[in-house]
Amino acid sequence: MATILTVDDSPSIRQMIKVVLGPAGHNVLEAGDGAQGLETAKSAKPDLVITDLNMPVMNGLELIKALRKQPSLLGLPIVFLTTESNDATKQEAKAAGATGWITKPFKPEQLLAVVSKLVRA
Amino acid sequence: MNSLDPADVFRQEASELFEVLEGALLDLTLRPDDRELVDTAFRALHTIKGSGAMFGFDKVAAFTHEFETAFDLVRKGEVKPTKELISVALSAKDFIRSLIEMPESTDSIIGEAILAELQQFVKTDKPAASPEIVSAPAAMEVQPAGWRLHLEFASHILCNGTNPLDLLDDLRKLGPCFAIALTDGVPLLDDLEPEQCFLKWDITLHSDCDKSVIDDVFMFVQDEMTLTLAPLVYSEDAVATPLVPVLPDVMFCDGRSASTAAEQSAALPQPEVKRGEARRTDDRGIATVRVQAERLDELMDRVGELVIAQARLTQLAAAGDDLSIKMIAEEIERLASSLRDTTMGARMVPIGSVFGRFRRLVHDLSLDLGKPVEFVTAGEDTELDKTMIESLADPLVHLIRNAIDHGIEDTATREAAGKIEQGRIELVATHAGAQVLVTVTDNGAGLNTARIRAKAESLDLIASGAIMSDYDIHQYLFHPGFSTAEKVSALSGRGVGMDVVKRTIEAMRGTIDLSTTPGLGTKVTLRLPLTLAIIEGLLIRVGEGRYIVPLSAVEECVELTAADERSRGRHFLNVRGDLVPFLKLRDLFGTSDSSDMHQKIIITSTGDTRVGLVVDQIIGNHQTVIKSLSKLHADVTMFSGATILGDGSAALILDVVQLVALAQAQSEKQQAA
Repeated sequence: MATILTVDDSPSIRQMIKVVLGPAGHNVLEAGDGAQGLETAKSAKPDLVITDLNMPVMNGLELIKALRKQPSLLGLPIVFLTTESNDATKQEAKAAGATGWITKPFKPEQLLAVVSKLVRA
Repeated sequence: MNSLDPADVFRQEASELFEVLEGALLDLTLRPDDRELVDTAFRALHTIKGSGAMFGFDKVAAFTHEFETAFDLVRKGEVKPTKELISVALSAKDFIRSLIEMPESTDSIIGEAILAELQQFVKTDKPAASPEIVSAPAAMEVQPAGWRLHLEFASHILCNGTNPLDLLDDLRKLGPCFAIALTDGVPLLDDLEPEQCFLKWDITLHSDCDKSVIDDVFMFVQDEMTLTLAPLVYSEDAVATPLVPVLPDVMFCDGRSASTAAEQSAALPQPEVKRGEARRTDDRGIATVRVQAERLDELMDRVGELVIAQARLTQLAAAGDDLSIKMIAEEIERLASSLRDTTMGARMVPIGSVFGRFRRLVHDLSLDLGKPVEFVTAGEDTELDKTMIESLADPLVHLIRNAIDHGIEDTATREAAGKIEQGRIELVATHAGAQVLVTVTDNGAGLNTARIRAKAESLDLIASGAIMSDYDIHQYLFHPGFSTAEKVSALSGRGVGMDVVKRTIEAMRGTIDLSTTPGLGTKVTLRLPLTLAIIEGLLIRVGEGRYIVPLSAVEECVELTAADERSRGRHFLNVRGDLVPFLKLRDLFGTSDSSDMHQKIIITSTGDTRVGLVVDQIIGNHQTVIKSLSKLHADVTMFSGATILGDGSAALILDVVQLVALAQAQSEKQQAA
């Protein structure tokens, strides 16, 4: 069981992630924006962060950069959600330190595949 | 863990997003240059699109995508958010909403029309078709027996959360795999940065998988690595040329676990080794939980029953001598009361969620009627019981509609009267004790008392020539079928009149009041209780019967003096210089047994009117769980409900509003006599 933090301003996306990853045996934490996500990540030390890019207060890019500055979270895999299939966004997020991405809309299998890629039991 | 259907969560979330979107769009009409508003609108659209596609709302996603594309130009500053554009955007929003709420009955032609209109404003070159996500790379032509791989990663990938060993594990899942770690890039220990990756790998993979499957393994790191892939034809010997001819220092073989291998290799950084132990199941960050409204209602019912049972316990304990039972009873009373408060708190919703809808209403009405109107709201975070907020929406729609339609004058009239051209409607919610006041104020012409009177006379409600106060005349507005509008406009005729508004508000145990200043405007005040389910009441006794007076209506209690008692026929009481009419509940209820020596008067108030109620005994505060009366008692006006007392007997709850009206009628009769 891994602890996975989902950061998204959309409760339905968070719910979706929870519904998919919960039964797979993961402990899913939620945060509604980047600032909250950063705090939760600092305190809960998740095994994986799944974050949206477009969020109020602190957006996904800022969150990724901030997480990478945390010495206690070294090597934490961070996956971002993106609706754009364009490369510029991906490059920007990767440059900020993201590990991988999931393209919205995604199916439960796709989410599980990405998670199993980055989280080892 | 709750297992709500994400699609339902999406619907709920979408409706919240629509409010955000609408709010932002409407604000844009006032402040077209506000970047923040554009971003907010864009974000809402973006979420609707993204989530919609995920939960099977494909039409929503496709349409929203077009909408978003158009709006993106606004975000980039290439197109100005003009009033016309906002108007189209609002109807686009409505269309998306109906796509979600009534997917069957929504005609896609409307959507196309809206998009066409939208295109005119933003003039994008893109055709109105939803883009397909490009996927599925071309399949391999030849099926090789396996693959030879050479991997070199950018040195920072460890920091970015990629563990190369995991990737090797993924490769192993594809088939037998032989990996050689190339350590020639590893620096001396002094120069070694533990956070960087210096290793390279040569891998032979025996698998008949596609190239794309291997690409998938490295999909996240493709840009940060060099991956050389060559097919392995039939046997390893057939292709004898190694890709990088270097002697291996360490060999990672198939059966060995990657982590043991990692520990043996001093060069390999292990940033993640300790992480598994430092795990904490810390659930901070979960700020809200969505609960179905019915569950809250059920909870409230249970709490109501608990409060009744607790009252019985308290009564039993008070009758006995057992001190320990008394202590328990007190403890349970305290717990029940805080449980009640918590439960009621959970049902409270800020009234702002309703206010949002009215901005659109005002926007549309003011366009339709050609009356520029400014809409101001305050006190959005005032909280009210959820069920009340829902039933409050329709009455408020009607009041605001009235204010714009009848209250605010047309531009010419306003100019002639020397008023500023723009009308103003204020919707304000405030707390006042155990009540919430909601006021709708306009700066229009005010009520036309003469016209209301004429209408009332023509309906034979007032005898012509009768002397009446303006206030009383205005009350006829609440009379069923009363309308002074000379012509029925498109806005009226929705089956909701002021009488229905009044009935709705009174059904919530609230009151409605009108005040007006000719030429300056009208103010409608709604007074609402905080909750419908449990109230603080004052338990009283009249004869044998016990009754509850809602504490929120009680101002003070005084004794009925012999002097007041003597002034028979003139039911007035002198309260610090003010004359207050009073009602003898004994007379009203037809109580026959002899009255108590010292009767008390409870001064109650609704709005600006005060009335005294004469009772035999004031028993004390009582947490009142309201039970509604059966349909058989629908005609009973003096009581608004009933409650169960601690000893199991029932007590009726007095309807103070009706009693005040009764007392006024009585005092008028006396004045006339």
